[in-house]
Amino acid sequence: MDLLLIATLTPFLGAVPTAALARSSRTQAAWAAGFTVLLTLGCLLPLVGAPFAGETIIQRLRWLPSAGLDLAFRFDGLSLLFALLILGIGLLIVLYASYYLSERDPLGRFYAYLLLFMGSMLGIVLSENLIQLLIFWELTSLSSFLLVSYWYPREEARNGARMALTVTGAGGLALLGGFLLLGHIVGSYDLSVILKAGDAIRAHALYQPMLVLVLLGVFTKSAQFPFHFWLPNAMAAPTPASAYLHSATMVKAGLFLLARLFPALSGTDEWSWLVGGAGLVTLLLGAFFALFQHDLKGLLAYSTISHLGLIALLFGIGTPLAAVAGVFHIINHATFKASLFMAAGIIDHETGSRDMRKINGLWKDMPYTGVLAMVASAAMAGVPLLNGFLSKEMFFAEAFGAATHLRLGWLLPAAVTLAGIFAVAYSLRFIHDVFFNGDPIDLPRTPHEPPRWMKVPMEILVLLCLVVGILPAQTVAPLLTAASTAVLQQPPPAYDLALWHGLNPALAMSVIALIGGGLIYGGRKSLFAFHDRHLQGLDAERVYNAWLDGLFAASGVLTRSLDTGSLQRLLAVVIAAALVLGMAGFLGSPTPLTGSRPLLPVDGVSLVATLGLLAALAGAVILHRQRLVALILIGAVGLVMALIFIKFSAPDLALTQLTVEMVTVVLLLLALYFLPQQSPVESTPTQRSTHLALAIAGGIGTALLTWAVLTRPYDSIAGYFLANSVPGGGGTNVVNVILVDFRGYDTLGEITVLALAALGIYALLDRLRLYGPTQDAKGQPWDADVHPVIMGTLARLLLPLALLVSAFIFLRGHNLPGGGFIAGLLTAAALIVQYLANGIAWSQERLPWNAQRFIGIGLLAAAVTGLASLVVGYPFLTSAFTHWHWPVVGDFELASAMAFDLGVYLVVVGATLLILIRLGLLHRSERRPVRARSSGV
Amino acid sequence: MNHWVIAPVLWPWLAGILLLLGRGSLAWQRGVSIAAVAGQLGLALVLAAEVSGGSILVYTLGNWSAPFGIVLVADRLAAWMLVVTALLAPFALLYALRGDDAAGAHFHILFQLQLFGLNGAFLTGDLFNLFVFFEILLMASYGLLLHGSGRKRTRAGLHFVTINLIGSTLFLFAAGTLYGVLGTLNLADLALKVAAAPPENAPLVRVAGLLLFSVFALKAALLPFYLWLPDAYANASGSVAALFAIMTKVGAYSILRIDTLLFGPNAGLAAELLEPWLLPMAMATLLIGVVGALASLRLRQQVAYLVVASVGSLLIAFGLGSVSGIAAGLYYLPHTTFAAAALFLLADSITRRRSDQADRLDPGPTMASAGVLGGLFFIAAVAVAGLPPLSGFLGKFLTLRAALAHPWWPWLMAIILSGGLISLIALARTGSLLFYRAVPPENPVTPEAPSALARELAPSLGLLLLVAGLTVAAGPLAQGTQAAASQLLQPQYYIQAVLKPGGTP
Amino acid sequence: MEVLLALIVGALTTGGIYLALRARTFPLVLGLTLLSYAVNLFLFAMGRLTVGQPPVIVSGAPGYADPVPQALVLTAIVISFAMTAFVIVLALKARAEMGNDHVDGLHRP
Repeated sequence: MDLLLIATLTPFLGAVPTAALARSSRTQAAWAAGFTVLLTLGCLLPLVGAPFAGETIIQRLRWLPSAGLDLAFRFDGLSLLFALLILGIGLLIVLYASYYLSERDPLGRFYAYLLLFMGSMLGIVLSENLIQLLIFWELTSLSSFLLVSYWYPREEARNGARMALTVTGAGGLALLGGFLLLGHIVGSYDLSVILKAGDAIRAHALYQPMLVLVLLGVFTKSAQFPFHFWLPNAMAAPTPASAYLHSATMVKAGLFLLARLFPALSGTDEWSWLVGGAGLVTLLLGAFFALFQHDLKGLLAYSTISHLGLIALLFGIGTPLAAVAGVFHIINHATFKASLFMAAGIIDHETGSRDMRKINGLWKDMPYTGVLAMVASAAMAGVPLLNGFLSKEMFFAEAFGAATHLRLGWLLPAAVTLAGIFAVAYSLRFIHDVFFNGDPIDLPRTPHEPPRWMKVPMEILVLLCLVVGILPAQTVAPLLTAASTAVLQQPPPAYDLALWHGLNPALAMSVIALIGGGLIYGGRKSLFAFHDRHLQGLDAERVYNAWLDGLFAASGVLTRSLDTGSLQRLLAVVIAAALVLGMAGFLGSPTPLTGSRPLLPVDGVSLVATLGLLAALAGAVILHRQRLVALILIGAVGLVMALIFIKFSAPDLALTQLTVEMVTVVLLLLALYFLPQQSPVESTPTQRSTHLALAIAGGIGTALLTWAVLTRPYDSIAGYFLANSVPGGGGTNVVNVILVDFRGYDTLGEITVLALAALGIYALLDRLRLYGPTQDAKGQPWDADVHPVIMGTLARLLLPLALLVSAFIFLRGHNLPGGGFIAGLLTAAALIVQYLANGIAWSQERLPWNAQRFIGIGLLAAAVTGLASLVVGYPFLTSAFTHWHWPVVGDFELASAMAFDLGVYLVVVGATLLILIRLGLLHRSERRPVRARSSGV
Repeated sequence: MNHWVIAPVLWPWLAGILLLLGRGSLAWQRGVSIAAVAGQLGLALVLAAEVSGGSILVYTLGNWSAPFGIVLVADRLAAWMLVVTALLAPFALLYALRGDDAAGAHFHILFQLQLFGLNGAFLTGDLFNLFVFFEILLMASYGLLLHGSGRKRTRAGLHFVTINLIGSTLFLFAAGTLYGVLGTLNLADLALKVAAAPPENAPLVRVAGLLLFSVFALKAALLPFYLWLPDAYANASGSVAALFAIMTKVGAYSILRIDTLLFGPNAGLAAELLEPWLLPMAMATLLIGVVGALASLRLRQQVAYLVVASVGSLLIAFGLGSVSGIAAGLYYLPHTTFAAAALFLLADSITRRRSDQADRLDPGPTMASAGVLGGLFFIAAVAVAGLPPLSGFLGKFLTLRAALAHPWWPWLMAIILSGGLISLIALARTGSLLFYRAVPPENPVTPEAPSALARELAPSLGLLLLVAGLTVAAGPLAQGTQAAASQLLQPQYYIQAVLKPGGTP
Repeated sequence: MEVLLALIVGALTTGGIYLALRARTFPLVLGLTLLSYAVNLFLFAMGRLTVGQPPVIVSGAPGYADPVPQALVLTAIVISFAMTAFVIVLALKARAEMGNDHVDGLHRP
């Protein structure tokens, strides 16, 4: 029965019904939230005994064991203490919020977020596994983002929330790094292992980086200097949230971690200087600036910062007793600060303002609240008979003690006393400015006491301050001992929570603080003037904002300089990068470029052909602006390609190249009709030269590659195909057998590509209208006679012949150059001629087939052939063939591969027709306006 | 011969043919499409179960034994990729059924053949056949990207097509060189021949290998090849962008495949060929991705840049080259796929509701059902930014854990963590802009019909639930990816299985 | 002979890259076509150059050209044909939708 897991999950689960109930009634939502908290407490109740007995309960659930990440929960004194703070104060906040939030505010959302946060916070303090702890740690950042931005229409709420998320989120990531290193050092993320490995950790080479990363997490979360600035900005949150997050819980998470890892990390100079130093600076700055805040919550925020610094400093001092004092002050600060925030909320709620320059003399209107507030702030100031006094007393004692064994040690007590003085001063201000100090100045509302139950949470907390302050030993002592035992991993040294320790330095420091504080507050006017004159802009927040703006600006510049949306840029980059990678492969190899293979002699014809090709190519490149010319020249290049294939014993390729060439050129001609006949000069000379350089580099690269390969001997799998083509594939045209049999799967893919292209083009041209020019490049009108008669008749005569030829080519394909693809292109070409010669309309009447159906049937034929072999238990595409004797035709071979080839044929015909007909139809669609115009003349 | 191996490839192909021949009503096409993706998932899972034991299944097409015929090879990695694809497809399709599919012709055929191309690429054991299937999935993706129309989309499509044609050309140069030097195309056979390549041929093999790498880097959108992605993804329709979340993973898969099979530590003179390139490029990609996300002026562009960043994270994990690194990457792969897809779908829903602002990142009017959308966006953002508690965080954690064993660990840690921070900043700003700074319009937004809203958001919700599933089942999944990774790092079994049938361990 | 072929492949690549880097769709298409020529020829040459040998199995042939690259090139030609066709039509659509034939749809006077 994993009570700890259940306890952690309860708030998360409770958030859902709470939010749902809020739709119907606010009170129900409040009850649901409160009930959830009580339920959570109930889950922990059975375990409460253990910590007091010095035991640690650990419950684990396997999650990601291979990475040492389990759902592991830990319940010891420290967990207990924090769980009580989280749930106890949480319960009070639920009650308080139901009065604080107005009818207009969606209460359900608030409670839902609050419960999410509560669950995350509880998860932190109950975690045994560090990574799991980190998960909840980040969840507190996220849920606090939601809480702070609760009033998101207000800009300060949005910005405060984002700032808090960014700073604490950044810290969380650093913490992840730290935990990874820690786990790496120890070999486990489990606290029970880590807490025992202190010496090994401190001795490890990675101790320093690990410590820095962990402390980054701690400092950001606990608003330590220089990361403190997010806390005052987070005051945009509804006051109940502030009272909870920014006094009792979230900001304490960092301190909790300090306490948690105290045995593992503390006890080194790095620790003392980093933690103690940050703590001291934070303590002083917070105390000092708190005095100058005119916003009630602002004052409390800075005072919180100061107290967080105080606790950090205590852990930094590092003696066991200091740690105890730290834990003690965590408790006390939570109680009095939460109640003070509630007081601020009540005042805000009843007066409509938080500006201490306006809200004065509330004593006569709300004396009861005044009393509560006074007690609480007295505790904050460290006045005797209140809990604040006790822990502050211990703090002073520790500071003084540490001073004795430090160089310039006297500075420490001096500094903390100074901080104490300011603490007293701002506490005085909180009381005097608000409740006395003249009369209210034009407040939005006329102040009066809040509803009865709104005060209850405050009363309880203030009562705690008093009881703990007067009877510490009888009340808080056992809990403190249990918690300290957990922190130190050993029973704490003897300490005495008495009010009176006799006349000692600590008492002296307290007295100085009280008197000094009084004096400072007396002379505040001049101090305020000084602050406004000199210290206004002194703010880490500005640094943060500057950094953030810089980040945005820089990323904008970088991104837009790279991502210009220019295709030419894009291509140039890709080609250049590929070249670099290719070069890199060549480099660093002493082997010569040229291999040992005997070369073929150059003959005149080839030389001429080559020169012809190069000439045509050069022409095309140079004259590329004259588009028609360039196209014709490229066509010529294609023809020479075919010649090359023939020359080097590849007739199939030659045939394919020719047919493809023809169709492509037709396509380009059709397209060119809709495009400008010339390309303008656009790129700058520098661009052109870079492009040329790139092109030449690429050319050299491929040329060298070709040369290097061609001059090297090799042996390939070709022999197998030559040997098995006839016996295994039943065809003497090895190339064709490879295509339809050995590598039929490639062909299957290839025809799918063709089909896809056709369908894609169909979709592209769907509902597309284009208008071609009515005259050619030289300004002469197009020939009105679209389909010359002679050509038409000729084409009609040619069609059957062409079909016959393609049938022949197809049938012989398996044994002689030819095959489905070439045959298909021939058929298509013949049909295209019809379209060109006689026009779409004429042809479509006489050739009324649906090209898409062709493609479909073709693919189906291929599929059936392939699947047939499955039926007889062979792998997909296994071929079979036999020789039949047909009466007239004679001995005739029938291979299943031919059915496959038939599929290829059909797809090719279908696809080619589909593409060209669509383009042809475009012509027709735009021809009409042209006709109309000419007839109009 | 185990026909389960080829079933995942043939299934969507046959579905495509059926759709092409049937050409029935839209409702009919949708029915076929849904049935197809459902069956797809089943087939992928069956195959995954078949290979989960560690056996490597080889399917010799046309019954021509390797290395002469083409073989399909199903190992743990291939099956993993198939399952991820099959899980993604239904949600992209469901979203498309809301009307994207009617915006132009042949959507469902293209969709099925896209899956055909993807599955074929994952399963093939032949280099040239890999090229063919790349062309199939590209051709289909062209159609899908340009589905519907619009100035920007056409422009993006033109760029996307062109850049991929260059990629295909490079692929052929690389494949040709390998055949010209080693005389074979079968991957397993190539592995043997690469390892045995004599000094005079080694440089050519290395050139071919690096060209091949540049092709896959282009598909995966690694720096400096990534520039095509933002525009293409930002301008695709929502469902297509969601489906494309798997496209970059094809490149990542191919890189992983050749890095472990062809250019592993035992590859003779071509050993560790990609070592000096992969990790630095991946690190740079992660940074440039998050920076781009920060700089984005449009929501969908931002998501696209986050995809670039995720590619960086993924290939950092692969680039570590260790079992734990590759395993971490394989665990992260489905997460980033589903999360990015969900975010693309949400971005589309958001764009539809912001009238003139569309997806420009500036304050607009309060959109309808802002509450639900905001909630889903929040979760999706948490997932994409790799924040706890979702699987993105676990993936990051596993990667960092593996990175600690690498000499560059401080840099890796710095880049991965700051990458996370920057994407957090970017997404927080976006969310705050879209949902918090919205100005209430003068005439209040009319509430939408719950049923329609549910149908619209179900796919993104489903994807996020998958992410949650990855989180909960992290333990067993991590074990699975560990197994897959160690299988990859012992290529001899793959080679043995392909070249000596029945020789699997 | 090999040197001529290497020269041709290099020249085709150069022309192809240069035209592909032009700012208008039509030269772009031409450039891509040239690049496909280049790579097809390269692929074909990977079977080494053989002159005057029978294309089909006949008894007593001195030897044969390596049929594999030829088959690959056939596939490659078909695929590049499909791709080219698609790009051409896409260029037309771009022209129609962007009002000009610049690859980025820009109007530069």
